[in-house]
Amino acid sequence: MATLRDILRKIEAVKKTRQITRAMNMVAAARLRGAQARMEGFDPYAAKFAEVLGNLASRIEPDIHPLLIKKDGLSRVALLQFTGDRGLCGSFNTNLINMAEKWINDQKGKGISCSLTTVGKKGRDYFSKRDFDVIDSYINVYGSIDMSFIDQMTKVFIDRYMADEVDEVYMIYARFVSMAKQEPTLVKLIPIEPPKSKEEQSVSGFAEYLCEPDPEGLLVELLPKNISVQIYNAFLQNETSENAARMAAMDNASKNCNELVENLTLVYNKARQAAITAELMDIVGGAEALKKA
Amino acid sequence: MGELLLEVVTPEKVVVSENVDMVVAPGSLGEFGVLSEHVPFLTGIVPGELRYTSGNQKESLSVAAGFAEVSNNRVSVLVNAAEMVHDIDMERAHRAMERAKERLSKDRGTEDIDFLRAEAALKRALVRIKVTEGAK
Repeated sequence: MATLRDILRKIEAVKKTRQITRAMNMVAAARLRGAQARMEGFDPYAAKFAEVLGNLASRIEPDIHPLLIKKDGLSRVALLQFTGDRGLCGSFNTNLINMAEKWINDQKGKGISCSLTTVGKKGRDYFSKRDFDVIDSYINVYGSIDMSFIDQMTKVFIDRYMADEVDEVYMIYARFVSMAKQEPTLVKLIPIEPPKSKEEQSVSGFAEYLCEPDPEGLLVELLPKNISVQIYNAFLQNETSENAARMAAMDNASKNCNELVENLTLVYNKARQAAITAELMDIVGGAEALKKA
Repeated sequence: MGELLLEVVTPEKVVVSENVDMVVAPGSLGEFGVLSEHVPFLTGIVPGELRYTSGNQKESLSVAAGFAEVSNNRVSVLVNAAEMVHDIDMERAHRAMERAKERLSKDRGTEDIDFLRAEAALKRALVRIKVTEGAK
């Protein structure tokens, strides 16, 4: 049986842990609000962009741009892998890493080699320590990204695609479904699936667009931008997901601490009572012995 | 109240969304103006000044690169960044310009992301300063 002081010390320790997890919970909540606001602020842009691209695509040949054309023979793919920079967010990073690893192994099974670009410290640490081909990694970039940064990233991928170093480019990120659910998602970036033009639009918007410089020229600009928009979206979603996951994990941890404290207090009180009873027995026993003498 | 709906959207937020009479924007083939009943039109946008009038009110903002779509009396401008002129902090813009220039002159030899970003930052700062000065 642990002594009273041991139990007390344990209770204090658990309480301190609870303080930390509570603080982390609140920090994650504040970050989540910021990330979610950014995510929502990006929505109109993404929606508008998809609309314009759809409009444009409905009027030109789908295979006008090399980014739209599928390459024959598939032997090298590139993967843009998102994770968080920090741990303590439940199974968030593990889920992402597991999905990526499984996917890469699947590709290897098909004889396709896979090169990795990682975003986030956790992914970099995991993959660079193992037998994976990590070409590039970005760490501590969440929260400080802007369009020009993303455009740079996109350019690297497009250049590699054009230089015939890779045949396809994918990315894996955690899609933010709800506060309770974040889903690792695989998306194909290059070649771009021909953007679908909406039927109704081609009817109502049948009036010819005037284009400057020309439809082809515009498409050349818009297609890479389309990839950037997707990557940007992945960044925002992943950041939001990470904070939501951390908030949930820390909430759980705080709850567990509460439970532990409760149980330990119970044990402490029992032990205290046992000690008092034992002492009483001693005194009574002693008094009895004196009386008899 | 104009008949044109102008929307200026950046990845961060919707900067402008209001009914206006006329829009003048820096297209990739030169500045263009849009009035109501404009034909459907699609163009790239280069960094510069975007002006619009609604009634007696004239507003102007600095925009970064992007593109614009005109259809059904709606002007949608999608750009990487946009700022209303009266929101531009001249001092900050000047500081940003100095900083970018310094960075560019220092490590010109190394061609990396930072270099390109500094160049982009310089361009942005210059446009901001130019647009603000033009509005005065």
